[in-house]
Amino acid sequence: MQNPYLPYPVCIDEIITETEDKNLKTFKLVFLNPDDEEKFSYMPGQFAELSVAGKGEIPIGIASSPTEKGYLKFTVNKVGLVTTCLHSMKAGDIIGVRGPLGRHLWDTLKGKKIVIIGGGFAFTTLRSSIAYMLDPLNRMNFKDINVIYGARSPGMLLYRDELAEWETRDDINMHITVDSTDDPDWKYNVGFVPTITEQKAPPWDSDTYALICGPPIMIKFTQPVLDKLGYAHDHIIMSLEMRMKCGIGICGRCNIGKKYVCKDGPVFTLAELDNMPKEY
Amino acid sequence: MRLINIDKKSWTGGLENLYGNYRLFGPVKNNKHHVFKELSKGELPDLNYLNTLLSPKSIVFSQSETMFEYSLDESKEQHHILKEINKDYSPQALIGIRPCDAASFQLVKRNFDTPEYKDPYWLRAYESTTFVGLACSNPCSTCFCTSTGCGPFHEDGLDLLLVDEGENFIAKILTPGGENFIKSAGWETETDPVAAEKIIKNMKIKAEKKIASFVSTDQLKNRSAIDLYAAPFWEEIAFACINCGTCTYACPTCWCFDIQDEVSKNLGIRMRNWDSCMFPLFTLHGTGYNPRNTKMQRVRQRFMHKLKYYVDKYDDGIQCVGCGRCIRLCPVNIDIRRVCDMMNKYEG
Repeated sequence: MQNPYLPYPVCIDEIITETEDKNLKTFKLVFLNPDDEEKFSYMPGQFAELSVAGKGEIPIGIASSPTEKGYLKFTVNKVGLVTTCLHSMKAGDIIGVRGPLGRHLWDTLKGKKIVIIGGGFAFTTLRSSIAYMLDPLNRMNFKDINVIYGARSPGMLLYRDELAEWETRDDINMHITVDSTDDPDWKYNVGFVPTITEQKAPPWDSDTYALICGPPIMIKFTQPVLDKLGYAHDHIIMSLEMRMKCGIGICGRCNIGKKYVCKDGPVFTLAELDNMPKEY
Repeated sequence: MRLINIDKKSWTGGLENLYGNYRLFGPVKNNKHHVFKELSKGELPDLNYLNTLLSPKSIVFSQSETMFEYSLDESKEQHHILKEINKDYSPQALIGIRPCDAASFQLVKRNFDTPEYKDPYWLRAYESTTFVGLACSNPCSTCFCTSTGCGPFHEDGLDLLLVDEGENFIAKILTPGGENFIKSAGWETETDPVAAEKIIKNMKIKAEKKIASFVSTDQLKNRSAIDLYAAPFWEEIAFACINCGTCTYACPTCWCFDIQDEVSKNLGIRMRNWDSCMFPLFTLHGTGYNPRNTKMQRVRQRFMHKLKYYVDKYDDGIQCVGCGRCIRLCPVNIDIRRVCDMMNKYEG
């Protein structure tokens, strides 16, 4: 019987400090056993439990794309016991990865126009989604791609080198924004994500899906904007967060109604959420 | 299906025969209450009891259980890598379990044995267990098993049902596991199955008549989860609750657990421990946000899970076998029977 609680051992290959407050670091992880990488077959939007021996596990969205071979990437905010320990680790240290966990909805998204709306450090799985769609073997499977991504300030944006590279491409429309900045050379948008969404998001048609990830306050104010733009609720896909332990729908804590966020989510359409208790 | 007559004079000898082949668990009186514990050689289960204070779930699902071990000593091979540990899953038998508690294992199995994931700890312990039931001739006043799809002579989840006839037990063998158990004990006196079934049937009817309390569950499936969630009665139901968690601790169908690491010097373990939806930490996010921050939200979660989310998820009855422990043990007299009826009646 395979033990679904046993993590794959991985080595920290590289640690990148992403933001000016130094609270967000990206961990590039390499499997110690190459067979394990084969078994860890994932899609953007899924997550994994990062396991630090002696501290515990935390559920973190996968920031790398399955098109990027040889490693996994996770961007981790320093919040509690496990994440604080992770932030103090160095390249060469051994941790564990358990997953991939949760579902994805890419079967629905194939051939569609995609609007990505992200805020703050919730951009990680959206980054995975963008890298996946922009892969030369996948790009023809999607129509227009629009990305609205905001952070408090320029220094709080994740993956800044990649954002700059995407800005130069003609097969993706980037709408980067910051809440405010005193940088005179800032050449992108200034304004909250809901405002920029209202200005830049394409009008809805039945071929258009919105993927939203962000802090609750952003989601709360973006939802009415999408309603105004006519987005059908079954074409709005959101990713939820919950305290989790097992990640496989057994330990019982991350439910919203009869659904477990870990196993039945973490991505849900807004139409699905409309039929669930608002306990998140 | 064979029926065996066990003369009580041969009971002790049979258990002695079993001792070499099984680890035996049974009800034993401990100060004031009966509890399930492992029987040492020569120790007899006390079958003259109503039901145990706590459910026997811990025999398959330990309150605290080691999952993995690891070394943090960087000079050692494979340091910081979690390793599975060898555990004893030799055959064990649970003697004298009540039919409601036996049914609870079947119900809980749905959670630990899913198409996508199998929980190896729970399943291996479950598969190594023979469930030897004891029919209830004198149900407690708080029992409502007959309205939860169960009953005092219910056979689901059992390998063997013992019916106490005074001088002897009628043993109804229900599975190959039950057959092995009987053979291992050396009880061989077959009894006329038609006559024995007739006796059991009469005793069953009498016992079922003694069940004095009931719940209505027929409308739960039709009710809207959103309406029930927003129902006005939750504040009143939760008002007296002190969030002590006794209900979930005693419940045979509560399965939630926590996973924690513990380290002593350079040796660490990852373990799991029973947890409870009654505790605020259960759902507290790292950010400090808690989706079930208030007592009312947690009480609502417990009842909604048992009586609505479970019903919807598995398209079946409620996540309750009617053992009545949460009612008997609640320090502030919150009664699941009342809540179930309120939910069943609530039209939104």
